[in-house]
Amino acid sequence: MNEALSLLAKPLGETLLMIAASTLIAGILGGLVGIFLFALSNDRFAGKHRGARFAKRLADRAINMLRSFPYIILMVLVLPLSRLIVGTSLGTLAAIVPLSVAAIPFLARIVESALSEVDSGVIDAAISCAASKTRILFAILIPEALPSLVSGLTLTMISLLGYSAMAGVIGGGGLGDLAIRYGYQRFRGDVMAVAVVTIIILVELIQFSGTAIARSIRAKR
Amino acid sequence: MFHAGRPEEAANQALIAHPPYQAPLAGDRTMPSGAVFQDIPVSASIFPRTALRLDAISKAFGSHTVLDEISLNVPKGQIHGIIGKSGAGKTTLIRIAGLLDKPDRGSVFFEGINAPVHELRGQELLEARRKVGFIFQSFNLFASRTAGENIAFPLEAAGWPSAKIRARVQELLDLVGLADKADRPSSRLSGGEKQRVAIARALANHPSILLSDEATSALDPETTRSVLDLIRNLRDMLGLTVVMVTHQMEVVRRICDSVSVIASGSIVEEGLVSEIFAHPRSAAAKAFLKEGQHE
Ligand SMILES: Nc1ncnc2c1ncn2[C@@H]1O[C@H](COP(=O)(O)OP(=O)(O)OP(=O)(O)O)[C@@H](O)[C@H]1O
Ligand SMILES: [Mg+2]
Repeated sequence: MNEALSLLAKPLGETLLMIAASTLIAGILGGLVGIFLFALSNDRFAGKHRGARFAKRLADRAINMLRSFPYIILMVLVLPLSRLIVGTSLGTLAAIVPLSVAAIPFLARIVESALSEVDSGVIDAAISCAASKTRILFAILIPEALPSLVSGLTLTMISLLGYSAMAGVIGGGGLGDLAIRYGYQRFRGDVMAVAVVTIIILVELIQFSGTAIARSIRAKR
Repeated sequence: MFHAGRPEEAANQALIAHPPYQAPLAGDRTMPSGAVFQDIPVSASIFPRTALRLDAISKAFGSHTVLDEISLNVPKGQIHGIIGKSGAGKTTLIRIAGLLDKPDRGSVFFEGINAPVHELRGQELLEARRKVGFIFQSFNLFASRTAGENIAFPLEAAGWPSAKIRARVQELLDLVGLADKADRPSSRLSGGEKQRVAIARALANHPSILLSDEATSALDPETTRSVLDLIRNLRDMLGLTVVMVTHQMEVVRRICDSVSVIASGSIVEEGLVSEIFAHPRSAAAKAFLKEGQHE
């Protein structure tokens, strides 16, 4: 059992790195894409322009397509991209690329829907305060939507944790890889158990912190 | 700029009341209160000055014409009511006046701005919006901000330095009687307090016009009266021009000087409140007065 625990350190580090990096990247890029999707479809922003409606339809198609790929296939398809960005298509760093690619459209939808849920009367009030669109977006809409955004980010991280279990396929390591290669293939039930329990604890931790943050934001209102 | 002289007001009222109202013919753009100012920019108009002028505003949603060449002149310092049945187009009209929506045809003029304000864009549009405050039935406060931060938002947007913002926010909270509520999250205010914060927020940039779409409809009778009295006092103190869309008889009776009755996209009757209450001519005005008796 002690040996099983000592095997844990490196894969745990790899999983945490994969989750942290891909959450950060998808948080920024997916957040931006989500803001664009919202602006393209909202009448108060670009939604009234015919060009915007067309661009929104294209973006919707692209995002739905990206989201409908099984992750394992997506991972193989973005291999060239990993090579381009991190210089290699194998290893933990390379595994961050497909994770981010999978999370960007996911998070973009979450951001889009969180922003769309803000009451249109609140947007009217912000407009009549003579604020620019950018200011309304960043000083009003994002703060108003913050609890939903935090819940959405929590959900994204938990999905990423699930996807990261497949990173072993491209040599990315991580807890899932530990469970499969040691636990399953070498019949080490104790290693399997340790890996799976650690994943469960991580999920609980992420969910607990996310819920707590969202709740504390709501409690101050 | 900041006082409404009584003589001027009397003149304003005379202007709006005479000549006697006649129902507009189809295609006739001459409205009684608009007649004096036809085709003259507001800034060039003679005494008494018009603060807000709507000129032949039309608006349709699909094939449904909601506003059909509506014209309206609101003299400076006046509290003007707009009444009419549900679906008559009151909200549509006041949102156009408040630069929240655009008319299909027609023009909006504010005192002191030489161009039709609904055509402005960019920075000029923002400047025009600073001349008009808007308050809503559902208050529309920012839940992510405290009372004070709500009031600060239009000042932040106008680029004020933060020290000045703090002072102005306190001044506005005093003005609406909420001096001790600056740090209260906006969702933890009562309905009346919320509307007071919304009024303070609408007035932050020293607008000359305040527009209200059913601002007291969600409040109980006593709170309604106190908010109405606040609006009247602010008009007296600041020389505001106020337009109140309402279905509440109480609002018209308590604070409006003049009133327009709108029905099926047109103004069917217009004049001093005292005159319309005494001698309603249109069916819409009669219906409104009759309903009001049960309030
Ligand atoms: N965005 C919109 N799209 C389509 N139709 C609309 C829109 N806004 C308003 N309408 C229609 O225009 C008409 C006038 O609506 P408006 O909200 O101006 O009425 P109102 O006089 O304010 O009514 P109420 O007293 O119920 O608030 C209604 O028939 C309404 O259904
Ligand atoms: Mg309405």
